[in-house]
This record gives sequence, structure tokens and C-alpha cells, in this order.
Amino acid sequence: MTLEMDQFHSGFFEEAFESLDAMETALLQLDPGAPNAEAINSIFRVAHSIKGGSGMFSFTEVASFTHTLETLLDELRAGRMPVTRPTIDLLLKSTDVLRGMLQATQRKSPVDQQTVADIQFDLEQMLAKRPSAADTAAVVQVAPAPTNTSLSSAKPESLRPKQMTWTIEFRPTARLPEPGADPSRVFCELAELGTMALVAHADKLPAFADLDPEVCYLTWTITLTTELTSEAIQNILDWAEADCQLRAEEPASSRPDPAPIASNPPPPPPPSPPPATNLTPTGDAGGNSAKAATADSNSIRVATEKLDELMNTVGEIVIAQSMLMQLVDGAEPPPVDRIRAGLIHLERNVRELQESVMRVRMLPIRSAFSRFPRLVHDLSARLNKQIELKMTGEQTELDKKVLEKIGDPLVHLVRNSIDHGIELPETRIAAGKSAVGTLFLNAYQLGGSIVIEVGDDGAGLNLERILSKARAKGLVGPNDSLSNEAVANLIFQPGFSTTEVTTELSGRGVGMDVVRRNIEELGGTVELRTEVGKGSSVVITLPLTLAIVDGLSVAVGGEVYIVPLVAIIASLQFKRGVARQLAGVGEVFLFRGDYIPIIRLHDAFNLEPRCHDLDLGSVMVVECDGRKVGLFVDELLGQQQVVVKSMETNYRRIEGVSGATILGDGSVALILDIPGLVRYAAERSAA
Amino acid sequence: MNSNRSTMATNDSAETSHQVLTFCLGSETYAVDILLVQEIRGWAPVTRLPQAPIYMLGMLNLRGSIVPVIDLRVRFGLEQAPFTPLTVIVVLAVHTASGRREFGLVVDSVSDVVDIDAAELKETPSLGGKASVELIKGLAAVADRMLILLNVDELIRRDLEQAQAPAMAGAA
Repeated sequence: MTLEMDQFHSGFFEEAFESLDAMETALLQLDPGAPNAEAINSIFRVAHSIKGGSGMFSFTEVASFTHTLETLLDELRAGRMPVTRPTIDLLLKSTDVLRGMLQATQRKSPVDQQTVADIQFDLEQMLAKRPSAADTAAVVQVAPAPTNTSLSSAKPESLRPKQMTWTIEFRPTARLPEPGADPSRVFCELAELGTMALVAHADKLPAFADLDPEVCYLTWTITLTTELTSEAIQNILDWAEADCQLRAEEPASSRPDPAPIASNPPPPPPPSPPPATNLTPTGDAGGNSAKAATADSNSIRVATEKLDELMNTVGEIVIAQSMLMQLVDGAEPPPVDRIRAGLIHLERNVRELQESVMRVRMLPIRSAFSRFPRLVHDLSARLNKQIELKMTGEQTELDKKVLEKIGDPLVHLVRNSIDHGIELPETRIAAGKSAVGTLFLNAYQLGGSIVIEVGDDGAGLNLERILSKARAKGLVGPNDSLSNEAVANLIFQPGFSTTEVTTELSGRGVGMDVVRRNIEELGGTVELRTEVGKGSSVVITLPLTLAIVDGLSVAVGGEVYIVPLVAIIASLQFKRGVARQLAGVGEVFLFRGDYIPIIRLHDAFNLEPRCHDLDLGSVMVVECDGRKVGLFVDELLGQQQVVVKSMETNYRRIEGVSGATILGDGSVALILDIPGLVRYAAERSAA
Repeated sequence: MNSNRSTMATNDSAETSHQVLTFCLGSETYAVDILLVQEIRGWAPVTRLPQAPIYMLGMLNLRGSIVPVIDLRVRFGLEQAPFTPLTVIVVLAVHTASGRREFGLVVDSVSDVVDIDAAELKETPSLGGKASVELIKGLAAVADRMLILLNVDELIRRDLEQAQAPAMAGAA
């Protein structure tokens, strides 16, 4: 039984989290000056559906909170309340709280009652300040509203939602065999809300001989002591409404309205102690970490066209395969060229299948970008900067695994831009720029890669300070001169930071090198562009897919290695004397006007090469991060597409190797890690 | 490979006894928990890894998985033996905190499956000798033989898991 329920639960949670994200986006786009009616409507609908769903699954705390939220939203959409900035901020906080509640419920851990109670109180406060206060059971009657609009102040104990005792007269009207007429189900529900006492009245019971088994002669008086509002109780009773008559009466001793009021004198102490004094926090009820947790789900949404494509391709494969079979079973012996043609046809179809499946795993980058409006909104408010976020290319698709892993690096880069890049409004105006800084996020596909740009029109990197910091750390010699680009790339060194003050956000120097490493682990590259006074941008290039790499196979010392095609610029055969020795660097040669270093792969990997003379083997020029390196190998074997297998599953990460693959003859070939090798060359020459 | 059970004298403390696969390295007999053994296969060429320790032979293609292979003789300080068609790779599959790991151990030959009583397990005397004592869980005496029980978790931790990967030759 529980198994089925869990299945429905997971569907509900997935939808709820998605709708909450949509709600948050809509809230961020709401303009208090000119609120969009349709947006408010959609926000209302989200609250309404979450309320309904949670009520159905008896997630009563969620239902009760959402009900209050819904009431406020109803007022907003009916125009009875104005949409103000404090209102929007409160609603944003509510989405955080709601998200936290849903996560706690999903994990079956206790909900953070304190936070919920606080925000619920604030919501009811806001409702209380409506211009025309209609007297319904849900709304707090307005005593002079408190001037305390700070939403985060601690509230005195007496203003908590309290325990009320309700009396419910329960008279079933339906005939018992009708579905849903069993009163005990309602009793069980009510019992979960608080302390319940049940008194059955059997006075209507006739003599046994006259008893009609299908009629319920019993009525009950239920006394329920609970913290929840009348709506929560009514929600439950609603389910039985069709079958029975209920009256929710408040005991005479209680005050007219159930919700707490700010300015009333402390009311009489609650009749019984609150059931859950367990206020163990379930982690922060809102904020980005909560969002990050829901991002990594095990399911994926796929457009049906992609699946149709898959079906078609699989159909083609089946046909190709059966044609081959026929060929082999037919004429004796089947001509080899016909078989080869059939296999080529099959190969084409398999490649299409490969690409189709790859596309299935791809999702628009929108979901990685979606957390940024909120982040920018919160951070810029916190730092007193005015920042406008421009996002383009959100529909660009990437592999789900890449998408999940790119989130944290992007957050780091955005935070850097906001924290260090974009200046305070005064500074910007003094520099002749507009007070509002622009942060842009852009994604597009370029050939076999996806490019993501994160940039700002802020102050740019202070190259002087970076250089002097690097000199102080000994990363750069006192007499070395570096190009601007090289200086900018110094920030990728571990432990590097030029800010004098480490803020909570950044400045500890653990950022950029981790970002670069994360991106390289995804098979991508990072490039930094900056202009003093104008701004900076970080350009991330990622392969379209992690799983498959186009490569050139090379032989080194009897072993086969794969060089990713995307990194190769050229492959050359040397003539004698082309390579020169350069003190402190090693062997170099002239390539298109620049001297680039040579790495003898057999040296790096400790293998015995076929020959040591450079002119008897081949040199492949590869590029990474703008730096070029020549790789000396025994010979080039051929071009092929390989499936990447991770080394780390069963072993550990090896320097210089980014993965392994299985060749057609069943042997294992290692795939070279070009960025790693290029760095190795740079470090070796710097040593 | 055939493995015949050796029946122990009635052992009613079933919880404390477990089965091990015994194999030979030189003149010594080692044992490993049978539940960890995924398969036993013959020798196949492996792809060498750059700058790997001498006992790390390389990577094997195990039906699509890339599996590291360790030469146990070398690991325990014995001379490396030539690989013949009779050389055996014992493939172990272990569930660790970081997931399921498969790896292979090259041994001279595989012997039978034996019941070991946990109570019989004796401590390894530290001889300061060739064998790495840390990789040994204990010693057991079974029918005149001394079985050296391999500590697989320690082997994984030291040799296979994410650790300071050896730098390439000449790196700064």
C-alpha cells in the first residue's frame, strides 16, 4: 500500500517543486508599479493546486500554510490589495518556506515549525492591513495594525498560533454502503490534527429488530484541540461534507477569531500544551541550497518528438539488421561487398541512434539559469548595487549531467561579477556609466561545442594588482613580462585572490581554480576576457556530449592513445634540425610564427618509443586556453569516434589522461587530457 | 576453474564462519572472501598506465568496463612471474562508499573454497618482511595449511581509490 502512495507522492512533489519555481520566477518579474494580472493569476493557481494536492495527501501543515498564502494571493488578484514591494518580498519568502516544508515532508522529516509560524504570522499580518477588511473566519480582524513591518523580527511567544479547542457535531447523513461514508476515516484525520476526544451518541439507535443495517444511527461529538486554523479543520471536514453535517463551533471561552492578533493583550493561556515543541530545523527553509537539492533529480523531461525520432531510428536498424540476416542466409556464399554495404547502412543507422539518444539526455540550459534572477535580486539588494540581469540563449540544450555540474561554477562566476565586477552606483556614475550595471548570461552552440558566457560591464580585472599579487606569491618572476591575457589567467591559480577583504560570498581564493577544474572535468575549457573599466567576461566551452569523443588515435611506445580532435590544430612531420633547444623550456619549434614547446609523450608516460628522433615520428600541435603544444608520437593511426569510459569508476584519476575507451579489437586505449598536458608543459618550463 | 568445497567438521556456529576462495602466490596460499569474487578469468592483455606503480599492470576491458589489474606477486614483494595462458585474474567487485568497484588481481593459480571460522583467525605477526602486513587481515590454519586472508578494503584504499595521483615524469 505504501509503495503505491509513494509513487503518487513523488509525482506530486515533482510538480509542486516545478510550480514553486515558476511561482518564484513570476514573482521576480512582478513590477509593483504595473502588476501583470495574468502573472498574479498564475501565482495564485500554483498556491491553489499545491494546497489541493497537499490536502489530498493529508500533508496538513503544507495545506494550512498554502491556504493562508492562497488567501493573500486571492486578495491580490481581485485587486482588493495593492501589489507592493514588501508584499512581493513576503511572497518570495513564503515560496522558500513552502519549498522547505515540501522537502521536509518528502524526506519524512519534521517541518521547521518556527519558520513556518513566523511567515504565516506575517502573511496574516499583511492580510490584516487590507483596505477593506471583510469579516471571514480566515482573516484577522484589524485592530490598529502594528507599525512593525520588519519581517524578520522575533515575535513574542503570545502571538504564536495557538491551541484552540473546537467542538464538532458530526451527523452522517448518507447511507453507509455508499463509498466514502465511513465516518472513522474522518475521525482518523482529525485525530492527527491534535488531541481529539470522541463521544458517540447512541440515543437514536432503534431496537435491534428494527435496525436497518445501512443507516447510521449514531452521531458523534468531537472535541478537538489543535493549533491549526479553522480552515485546516474545514478542509478535512469538507471531504466528508457530502455525507454528513458538521458544525465547527468554537468553545465559548475562546476569542472570536482564531488567528493571532498583534496588538491585543496577551490572551488566556492555551488549554493544552502545543503538540510539537520539536523545533529542530530541517536545514535552511529557503535559499539556494534547497533549490540546488531539487535540481539533481533522477528523472528527466523529454519532448515527445525526440522519442518519436528514436522509435523511427530503431525501426530502421531492425530493418537493416534483418536485411543483413537475409543476405547471409541467402546466396552461398554471400558476396562480401554486399555484406559490407549492408553493414555500412547499419552503421549509419546506429550513429543516428547514438545521436538521438544523446539528444534525449539534453535539456535546455534554462534550468541552470533559472536560479540566477533570484540570486541577482537578493545579492544586489544585499550589496546595495543595482544590477540588471540579461539572459539569452536559454533554450540552448546540453547534456543533463553537464547541466547539473555546470550550476555551481556558474553561480561562482555570477557571484564574482556581482561582488567584484560591478561597481556601486556612485562609482559607476562617477565613471560615466549608468548606475545600473548589467550582468549577462549567454549560451549558444558553436560547432561541436556549447559556449556559455558570463560577463558584466563592471570595472574589469585589475591587472596591475593581479600581477603584483602574483609576484608577491612567487608565481611570476620579478622580471617576467606577461601578456594581459596571461595576467588575467593568473586568477585561476589555486589560492589566488586580490581582494583585501574576504566577504561571505567570495575572496577566499578557492574559487576560480575550482571552477576551472570542474569545467575541465566536464571536458571543457574556460577563458577569461577583461578590459579595465569596461568589464569582464568568462567564456566556457563545453563539449556537446561527455560520452562520445571524436579522436585521432596515435601510437606511442607500443600503446595506443586517443587525442581529442577538437584540440588538434595540425599534425606535422619534422625535418631534421627543425626543433631547437631553448634553455629552461626544452625543445621548441617554430609554428606559424610562434615558438611552441614539444612534449615527448613517451617521456611523459615513461614508455619506450619506436625511435627518439623527432623527424622519424609525428608531431601533433594541440591547443588549449590559447596555448599551443607539440606532442611527439610514434605515428598517427587513424581517426575514429570513441565512447568515453570513466577511469574513476574503478580506479583513480590519472594526470594526463581524461578517460579510457575500448577499441574495435577489444583493447583499452587511454584518452589524452589535453588541458592537463598543456599545463604540464607550462609548469615544466617554469620549473 | 573448478572449486570444490572442503567440508569442515560440523560447524554449527554458522554466523562466525565464512567462505573464502584460496589462491596461490609462489609458495604461499592466500584467501579472499568469496562474496567479493565476481569472476575468475584467464590472462588477457592490459593497457599500461602512465607512471603507475610497478604492481599496477594496467587496465583491462571486462565486457565494457575498464578494470584495473594489480599483480599481487609484485605487490607482495615477490618476483614477477611470466604470464602464461594458465595465469589467472581474480576479478573482485566491492561495494565501497564511492560506489561499486571492480578490479582484478593476477595470481598464480586458484585453489578451492574453504570455510573459515572467524574465531580461528589469528593475528599476523609483524615480521618486517616482504609482505605488506597492512594488507593482511589475519591468518587461519586449515587442514595443515596456513591461509593468509587478504584485507581487500585496505587494498582498495591504498592502491585504487582517489589518492594523490602520481605526477607525470618531470612535472614540477
